[in-house]
Parts: sequence; C-alpha cells; structure tokens
Amino acid sequence: MSVKQIAVFIENKKGRLAEVTRYIADHNVNLRALSIADNQDFGILRIICEDPVAANGILREGGYITTVTDVLAAAISDKPGSLAQILEVLSEAGVMIEYTYAFLSAKGGAYMIFRVDDNQSAAAALAGAGIKTVDQEELF
Amino acid sequence: MGKYYQPEIECASAEELRKIQSEKLVKQVKRVYENVAYYRRLMEEKGVRPEDIRSVEDLHKLPFLTKADLRDAYPYGLLGTDLKNCVRIQSTSGTTGRRVVAFYTQADVELWEDCCARAIMAAGGTQEDVCQVAYGYGLFTGGPGLNGGSHKVGCLTLPMSSGNTERQIQFIQDLQATILCCTPSYAAYIGETMNEMGIGPGENTLKAGIFGAEPWTEEMRRNIEASLGIKAYDIYGLTETTGPGVAFECQEQTGMHINEDHFLPEIIDPETGEALPEGSKGELVFTNLDKEGFPLIRYRTRDICILSRKQCSCGRTLIKMSKPMGRSDDMMIIRGVNVFPSQIETVLIREGYSVNYLIEVDRKNNVDTLDVSVELTPDQFTDTVKELTEKEKALANAMKTMLGINPRVHLVAPKSIARSEGKAVRVIDKRKLHD
Ligand SMILES: [Zn+2]
Repeated sequence: MSVKQIAVFIENKKGRLAEVTRYIADHNVNLRALSIADNQDFGILRIICEDPVAANGILREGGYITTVTDVLAAAISDKPGSLAQILEVLSEAGVMIEYTYAFLSAKGGAYMIFRVDDNQSAAAALAGAGIKTVDQEELF
Repeated sequence: MGKYYQPEIECASAEELRKIQSEKLVKQVKRVYENVAYYRRLMEEKGVRPEDIRSVEDLHKLPFLTKADLRDAYPYGLLGTDLKNCVRIQSTSGTTGRRVVAFYTQADVELWEDCCARAIMAAGGTQEDVCQVAYGYGLFTGGPGLNGGSHKVGCLTLPMSSGNTERQIQFIQDLQATILCCTPSYAAYIGETMNEMGIGPGENTLKAGIFGAEPWTEEMRRNIEASLGIKAYDIYGLTETTGPGVAFECQEQTGMHINEDHFLPEIIDPETGEALPEGSKGELVFTNLDKEGFPLIRYRTRDICILSRKQCSCGRTLIKMSKPMGRSDDMMIIRGVNVFPSQIETVLIREGYSVNYLIEVDRKNNVDTLDVSVELTPDQFTDTVKELTEKEKALANAMKTMLGINPRVHLVAPKSIARSEGKAVRVIDKRKLHD
C-alpha cells in the first residue's frame, strides 16, 4: 500500500519554484500535495498527483530532473494525538522517517505522507495499530 | 631491425646530445634572425644578438614566442624560409581563436616522420606490423604524422583516417592490424564497440596503440588496454612545433621521451618566465632546433609538466616529460596554491559527475574562496536533501584531496551553466574586480 511521489530538483534561485509550478499547471497536471525541502544550493519539490507516470514524463520533457519514490499515505483522524500515535507506532517498529508532510485528498480525507526506510514494515506496523494506509487509486 | 629507430640519437650520452643541441641552436638562431623579421624585432627589443648564443646555456637570453605572437604574425610572419622551399602546411582546428598555420619544407616533413617512427618503434613496431592510422588526415597533424612514421618503420600502413567505426573494426579484423593510432577517446570507443559486438580483448590481433592529441587519464589507459587487449602508449605534440612525435612513451610508461635533438625543451615559471631546474613543475617551452619552414624559438606551449632525466629501462637517454597536468593560462593561484581546472575535471569524471561545471573564485574578508558548481545528472538525483547534501560534501572532499584546498561544491540543474560557442566558460575569477 503505497503512493507514488515525484521529486523535482530545483535550484535555489529566485523564480525557479514559480517556474516549475507554472510549467506543471500549463500541462494540466493536477497537484494534490506539494512540499519543499532545501539547503542553500537547491530545493526538492515533492508532489503527489493523480497520474504520476504521465506527470513524470511531462516534467522530464521539460528538462527537469526528477525521481519517483514510493511513499506511505496514512489516514489521520480529526482526533487530537492521531499524528503522535502514528509516529509512536513507527518508532516502536524501528522505522526511520526521512520526511513527512500533510495532504488532503480530493474526497476530503486527511493524510500524512511518510517517506520511510522500509515501506513494508511501516505499513504492517501501522495496520497492526489499526491505522489505514492507502494506495494511489483510493486518493483520487 | 632493433627496437630503436635512430639509436645513435635516442641512446646518445648527455654530452653528445648537448653538443648536437648547441650546434643546432647556434645555427638556428642565426637563420631565424636573418629570415624572420618578426623574431629579429623581438631579439632586438631584448638586446640580444645571434652571436650571443653560443650553446644551450645561452637559451634563456632569447625572447619567448606565445600563441599571441602566432596570431599577430599570421599567416606568413614566422615563416623561416622562402615559401617556394615549403612543400606542406598543417593547421589547428582554430577552436580557441585564430587557427595556427605551420609550414614544412621536405626536410621538416622528414624529421617529423622520423620522430613518429621513433614513437612507433618504442611501442614495439617493426616492419612486420600492420599499423592502422585512425587519426584524422588532412590539415590535422595526427593522420599525416603517424602515417609518415609508419612508412619509415616499414609497417603496412592502413590510412583509415577517423570515423566509420564499423569499417575500422572490419579492417582491424580482416587485415590483422597490430598497432592502432588514434585519439584516446576514439580508441576507447572502438574498444567498447568491439566488445559490444562480442569481440573480446583477446580476439583481435592488436598489440599496441599510440594515442594522443587530447588529454587522457591513467584510468582511460587501463580501460582501453582492457577492452582491446593491448598496451596503450601516449604521444605528445603540437602543430606549432610540428605535430605528434615531439615526445613519445616507451614500454616503461612513466613519461614521454622528448625528441630533444629536434625540440629543445625547457620548464619555466609561467608567472615570471624564469627557467626552472630539472624536476620542477612549470610551463613547457620548446625551441625548434632544425625546422626550416616554421622555426619557433622558445615557444610557450602553456602545458604544465615536469621534465626528468632519470635513467629509463628502455635504454633511451632522451629526457622525459610527464603527461601535461594542466594549462598555464588556466592556472589559478588560490590561497597560495596552484589550481588547474583540469584537476577539478579529473575529480568530476572519477566521481561520475558531468563535466559541465563552473569554477568561481572570489575574495571575502581577504580570504580566497573557491566555489564549484556542477550540473546534476538524472541518475544522481534522490528525493532527500540529506543525501544530496552528502554528495556535495563527498565531492568537495575528493576535490580537497586533489587540490589541497577546500572548495564549496554546489549541485545545480542541468543546462544551467552557460555555454559559449564551442567551449564552455569554466572559470570566473571575481578577485580582479576588487583589485
Ligand atoms: Zn624509456
């Protein structure tokens, strides 16, 4: 149960982020989630969209460097402490989290995206704790 | 036939060589002074007369010639004899400014081909060999030089010129070529292609290759040797002084023997022009001791290397030059350390990066800074900042080991480093703005 995320390399220069998001919009790629991480030289734009294969092709055609990664999307409920619970479960299972960000599906559900070192054991641990992870189709 | 083409020169004692060089130098300076108005003016400006040059010890008194002089004197200004005595021209590609046009008399062609013959024999060539010349023929010196040398040795010469790799391989196989002469990058390509076609290193008749006309690394040498199953020899030369064959490698592969009976080498400090003792690293300078058509005196090659007279196991006494380590006009002094873009390029190739890079040198708070931007390639990209930052650090460390100073490395997007026509702009030195 995982979701395909596209990461795009962008230089840390004025206007580069606007440029790539404009490019994505112009090619009718419908973004669902977007997060950015950076250091002083570059940024990595991470996106979740409906058709990641097509979107990745479009980005590469535009000369962008990209990589597609399987990430986990875990449903979070409205209750306080639900994120803390997920983090505890993953920590207990010995799963390392590289990064995480939030995401709202078109159908209205709230999700956290997790990039972990081991998708399978993370998904199993979450399932064991009654936390649902979804795949690509369920999000759109 | 022995293993030397001209043993009386190649294995001469140091004194004999010196005597030959001194006699030739005195004559050559006199001839150039009389025939080349351009150089006569340079000598007059320096206040040196032909009779001041009595042996190689006096070489340092003479003025230098540079690439700029060749440009200024284009095309006939450095001609050393009547045009009617010349039988040939060769020329450079002219990628960096005005092309060089060099003139050859028949004697010049002969001595050039002799030098190439020495190189072929040093690589084990005899009249039993089939020598495939896959350097370009034409204005470029590579093809004509090795072609002539191969004739002189008595090899069966295959004048292939470059390109048409399938045909090259067919000739290697059908005519059982034993020596391949071409650029190292083309040799690597031929080797790869043969391997892809299922022809392994032991499945051809080649035994040696003579590769030059562009910089190549020891790693490339190993790759070529492995893919073709040969021993790969380096050869050095430049159109200005004659072409390939100015220096050549022997079986020891620890530097190239300079044909110093024709090309008198010196190492100078590129900053001051001062001649440096044997073993010093500096700019290589050549004097054509007997060329008639285009006789250059103290021509600054801009190649940085080291000369050595250490005894060689091949028996040749000709002085050896190291593989050029960089170009003097590219040399930067950063925090007191000599840095060449070629060193940075070597690290990038070794670490698997693109050679599209930009070096920026600046001075902040009286300290020189060195920043290297490198275009990222798709297979190096990962989705975590941590991993990419680690790649930057690892690359900076590899460069520090090579250069002796610590650069900052920046990964940048593909095609983001500006390319001028032809050659990419590689260095921006902003320190000059502050001075
Ligand atoms: Zn030797």
